[in-house]
Amino acid sequence: MHVPDGFLDAPTSLATAGVAAAGIAIALRGARREVDDRIAPLAGLVATFVFATQMLNFPVAGGTSGHLMGGALAAVLVGPYTGLLCLTVVLAVQSLLFADGGITALGTNVVLMGVVTVVAGYVAFRGVQLVLPRRLSMVAPAAAIGALVSVVLSAATFVGLYAVGGAVPIPLDTLLTAMVGVHTLIGVGEAVITFLVVASIVSVRPDLVHGARRVLDVRTLETRVAA
Amino acid sequence: MIVGLLVALLLAGVVSLWASASPDGLNRVAGDLGFAGAEQASGAQDGPLAGYEVAGIDSRWSGGVAGVIGCLVVLACTSALMLLRKRSTPRTVGGE
Repeated sequence: MHVPDGFLDAPTSLATAGVAAAGIAIALRGARREVDDRIAPLAGLVATFVFATQMLNFPVAGGTSGHLMGGALAAVLVGPYTGLLCLTVVLAVQSLLFADGGITALGTNVVLMGVVTVVAGYVAFRGVQLVLPRRLSMVAPAAAIGALVSVVLSAATFVGLYAVGGAVPIPLDTLLTAMVGVHTLIGVGEAVITFLVVASIVSVRPDLVHGARRVLDVRTLETRVAA
Repeated sequence: MIVGLLVALLLAGVVSLWASASPDGLNRVAGDLGFAGAEQASGAQDGPLAGYEVAGIDSRWSGGVAGVIGCLVVLACTSALMLLRKRSTPRTVGGE
């Protein structure tokens, strides 16, 4: 969903750049608490994986394709602050080196595919985790639901931005229906990929998964009580 | 960790050759609703890696090579950023 230059007017792009910068500043502060010797190499890997996976457009209905955004995945794996930093690096490299997503639209893309997917994905993930039983096997399903929510909200946020500063006047309800419709399908793909990646890492190294820590803490406590 | 990196490189370098070339969700909607024409060429359009093609390589592997280069750049940038974050933890003197 990389927004090219020209879809949104200059004031809107400037505003989203400001929001993106604020988000990155908050993430840089917050990441200090998340990044330790284990998370640091994992963050590099997560960013690389998100970049690679974003090249893999999968077909959805009717000659349209979509690709992983990765915000929810990154947030669950390395934490939301570090996750946003990972996504920011990916989006900046795509924009500057590969001309994928505009340069004046970079702030917009960091907001849509970074801030919104990370925050929405992580909040939904945590919310689902509260409801589901605290088991390791529930981490991946919760991440998958977070992934679906993140993509749909990202698409809806684009419509909101377009309502403010869209280049060509078009009926917004039509735009909202079209964007949310197609991105619900893409969101299902995002959920499947996120589920598979999180499930496979949780099965091998649950201690590396940020979103599994609370579950692991509980498990340790239970073991001690039983002993 | 190494396995994960190899998987990423394989995805970007090889599997990407079979990625769908259809327009993505946003581009499709932009085309259908008539605001695709508002797109302006990116300032990075003439770069050596623009459009996931390496300038000078014409074969179908061009995209794969571009993907591998992209992976390494992303890995390097993120690792550098993480190193900076770790250094500014309260354990070290100074920092921000």
